[in-house]
Amino acid sequence: MILARVAGTIVATRKDPRLEGFKLLIIKPVAPDGKEESGYVIAVDTVQAGSGDLVIMVSGSSARMADGCKDKPVDASIVAIVDTVSLDTQKKK
Amino acid sequence: MQIGRVIGRVWATCKDPNLETQRMLIVQPLTVELEPTGKQLVCLDAVGAGAGELIYWCRGKEASFPFLPAEVPTEATVVGIIDRLDVRRKK
Repeated sequence: MILARVAGTIVATRKDPRLEGFKLLIIKPVAPDGKEESGYVIAVDTVQAGSGDLVIMVSGSSARMADGCKDKPVDASIVAIVDTVSLDTQKKK
Repeated sequence: MQIGRVIGRVWATCKDPNLETQRMLIVQPLTVELEPTGKQLVCLDAVGAGAGELIYWCRGKEASFPFLPAEVPTEATVVGIIDRLDVRRKK
């Protein structure tokens, strides 16, 4: 699982029928220290995350275990909205 | 499975129902020389690992097997705490 920040939404009318009713978000992976990493991912939102939220994304076949994603063509799901991240290395700053 | 070190924790109130009561740890993957390698990631905890501990973690769908029969959506789980590591090195 990785941390990511919600960067936007995706709207698609023509899609696999099993994806109907899902909210799709564009998310940008971030390192635990807050630095943004390269690339974007489209993920299914199962926790009603909003723009700018720090979230946890599950990828691969485990993404289908998220709430309501069983047997859906999904390989990235947002499964939690992060409240706090604590790093033991914060003393270095 | 890969070696790693627990370097932090994540708290989330709003999450998947199957993730409730699960601890989430930030893990830095390590080489056998215990040098950091690769990106830090969020892992669930199946063994009660704590801050700074040397652990090994499992990737992929198998990462959810420690929590069966619950179908926990995770693709990285801490499945063991390392007591000792013996590696033969070429001279």
